[in-house]
Amino acid sequence: MSILDVLLWGVLPYVTIAILVGGTVWRYRYDKFGWTTRSSELHESRLLRIGSPLFHFGLLVVIVGHVIGLLIPKSWTDAAGLSQDAYHLQALVLGAIAGFCTLVGVGILVYRRRTTGPVFSATTRNDKLMYAVLIAAIVAGLATTLLGASGGEEHNYRLTVSPWFRSLFVLQPDIEAMARSGLAFQLHTLIGLTLFAIWPFTRLVHAFTAPVGYLFRPYIVYRSRTGGPASRAPRRGWERVGTAPGGSSARRGR
Amino acid sequence: MKVMAQMGMVMNLDKCIGCHTCSVTCKQAWTNRSGVEYVWFNNVETRPGQGYPRRYQDQEQWKGGWVRNRRGRLALKAGGRWRKLLTIFANPVLPNIRDYYEPWTYDYETLTDAPLGDDFPVAQPTSLISGQSMAVEWSANWDDDLGGGPEIGPRDPIVERVRRESEDKVRFDFERAFMFYLPRICEHCLNPSCVASCPSGAMYKRAEDGIVLVDQDQCRGWRMCVTGCPYKKVYFNHRTGKAEKCTFCYPRVEVGLPTVCSETCVGRLRYIGLFLYDADRVTEAASVADEHDLYAAQLDLLLDPHDPAVIAAARREGIAEDWLEAARRSPVYKLAKTYRVALPLHPEFRTMPMVWYIPPLSPVVDRLTETGHDGEDAGNLFGAIDALRIPVEYLAELFTAGDPEPVRGVLQKLAAMRSYMRDVTLDRPRDESAAAAVGMTGAEILEMYRLLAIAKYEERYVIPTAYEAQAHHLEEIGCSLDVDGGPGMVAASGPFGEASGRATPVSVETFHALRTRQTSDSLADPGERGARVNLLNWDGKGRPPGMFPPPRETPPAPGNLTAGGGGPESAVGAPTSEDRR
Ligand code: HEM
Ligand code: SF4
Ligand code: SF4
Repeated sequence: MSILDVLLWGVLPYVTIAILVGGTVWRYRYDKFGWTTRSSELHESRLLRIGSPLFHFGLLVVIVGHVIGLLIPKSWTDAAGLSQDAYHLQALVLGAIAGFCTLVGVGILVYRRRTTGPVFSATTRNDKLMYAVLIAAIVAGLATTLLGASGGEEHNYRLTVSPWFRSLFVLQPDIEAMARSGLAFQLHTLIGLTLFAIWPFTRLVHAFTAPVGYLFRPYIVYRSRTGGPASRAPRRGWERVGTAPGGSSARRGR
Repeated sequence: MKVMAQMGMVMNLDKCIGCHTCSVTCKQAWTNRSGVEYVWFNNVETRPGQGYPRRYQDQEQWKGGWVRNRRGRLALKAGGRWRKLLTIFANPVLPNIRDYYEPWTYDYETLTDAPLGDDFPVAQPTSLISGQSMAVEWSANWDDDLGGGPEIGPRDPIVERVRRESEDKVRFDFERAFMFYLPRICEHCLNPSCVASCPSGAMYKRAEDGIVLVDQDQCRGWRMCVTGCPYKKVYFNHRTGKAEKCTFCYPRVEVGLPTVCSETCVGRLRYIGLFLYDADRVTEAASVADEHDLYAAQLDLLLDPHDPAVIAAARREGIAEDWLEAARRSPVYKLAKTYRVALPLHPEFRTMPMVWYIPPLSPVVDRLTETGHDGEDAGNLFGAIDALRIPVEYLAELFTAGDPEPVRGVLQKLAAMRSYMRDVTLDRPRDESAAAAVGMTGAEILEMYRLLAIAKYEERYVIPTAYEAQAHHLEEIGCSLDVDGGPGMVAASGPFGEASGRATPVSVETFHALRTRQTSDSLADPGERGARVNLLNWDGKGRPPGMFPPPRETPPAPGNLTAGGGGPESAVGAPTSEDRR
């Protein structure tokens, strides 16, 4: 266990989490106005209509795959009677298909960004950086999946990466487990950490506000000029005259 | 019964001269920013014509508004909640910028910079979207005044519908064409499908006055509202990635001023006032089976502000006395419900729109006069309204889901008023039968005439201010104290590229935009501070300093560089009341 291992697998993850959480909170508080998909469909929809769903749906499957692969211990699937080979096969097939869709989707999206004049001129440096890291993460991830097809023990991430990932959350990082995994996994993990670190500062924040609440709210929204989310808390120094401190916010929060 | 108040507008189409002043002043107040170059919260379209965006009325194409499904319930035409979420990654029916138009400017610099040559230099159109030079092919008013008539006009969805019954119902040849103007803003619907379409719940209807707004901090750019609105009155700011729409000039209305479009309307044809309506019955009214019943159902929602039961119920809902008083004096209630001369635009979209229109009688009068008849005679007019079915059917497709009866009724009332008032003006015996023929009395006709023809500012705009007790909560006040960074926020972009950072309150934004314009080398009045007037803050009374360039008689004293032109204050007189109208 070298110093580098400690830094990469024992320190960096926590730094990333701190940036991700702190950055998101900070952005939510100070840049709600910038929190948007910045949709470019107004300019071009033919390619977007293929690329965006392909990318997003592929990615959602990939995310679910990551959650299952990283969070569910191998012992559980073993106990459930799912053999390593069977697990591996379905993960490989599903993962490869979803990863491939994601890659093709993002390819179409980038091609569209580059070739559609208005979309290209609406692309910021921030977007370019984000795309570079995102594509790198997807390519590296797809590579690990395909490498995994060869099936060696060092490629069984459920014995190396997954325990390390889970150990992070109990604050006892299993650095050795991660250090034992293959180079491809390590690379993918590092790129993934980078992606999470820049996440709050890019347009990717839109994913954090996926509108699931839409399924549960009434169609027509009424808001009062006073109260309700539309009005803001008074700034410091501008609180209303009142007896109880915070009285006005109690009114607002009805 | 749950009584709610709704700010409403009525436009008298007979008086619209299609000057676009309303559009221009609205744009100058609200959408003169990059990202919304193509956006007209108020637009004026010639009918017949394709409208803006092109053919927006064709819901088979654009899927806006509501439909009544087989179980008799209302459903969003573009699909319900699940469908919205499943198609969120690429909205299947979003208008392209070209359906509005690609905004452009001209490369004026070549006019002065071009090298000497045999040809005159030309200012080429340059796209404001891509920055490339472009061919101008369409705009918000491409078919103004029937421009491109026989070629473009027949693609008007309403024309298509009317012609489905008979090929030669609407003609575009010069002798038989008719036209009128239709100014449009957001309808601030009682049953807004834009609000229902918003996945993040950022759009809302204000409980106090029914104004429909987009919360810029909560909008996430899912762009479903653009599809949801059948009038296509929610626009996507392609720079900020957020939806924007007509605000009914809430900062003005809150302090009792009419909207900018109304204030500046050359024809003085707009009326603003309150409706009281029964919020509990909105869905029921919007889901009546027969489209022809929608107008009646919508009228039925409007409550009589004189009815003691309504007043009591309104008080229970906490509606203030001055608002109830304003509702009783409301010109829009009178025109829509008492006289029944104002009709809603496209009730068949089932959103219960709250901007009403008095259909134009002029196409009929013009036609009569052209054919050598007396266009002011009630008998002639009544006959012509029925005989000249062309405008009636067209108007019915616009205002009553195709039912000609209510339109005919309105036109007859207007015709009766015309001929009755002619007798009054010419001091001839009054023909009470003309009034009786449309179910009114002479006194009622006189009253209606007053409201339609000579009502002054205070009668056309009966706008109660936001509750006194809440004055310090007004959004503008709340916001403008709320701004971080202070001056200079507008032009600068936030840390994550443009459009990030906090939403700038309207007043602050226009203030800065104004100042930037004032301090730049402008053509109008070079170097003169305070030389432009922000119409958003103009109450229409008097002539604020800077509305007109200062007179040029007094040249600046030599050496006095700071106060150019003698100073705007001294150059322009104090506000006068002579402009009060
Ligand atoms: C389930 C939650 C998500 C929803 C509802 C969602 C929705 C959207 C929408 C509506 C757009 C705008 C497309 C357009 O009109 O131009 C978009 C763009 C984008 N999303 Fe998502 N997204 C989600 C999750 C994600 C995630 C997890 C990622 C990546 C890690 C992602 C990456 C992107 C990228 C890169 C774009 C830009 C596409 C382009 O225009 O080039 N999204 N998303
Ligand atoms: S007209 Fe206005 S309130 Fe009605 S659906 Fe469209 S944007 Fe919404
Ligand atoms: S300003 Fe008035 S008259 Fe002129 S186009 Fe607008 S609504 Fe019509």
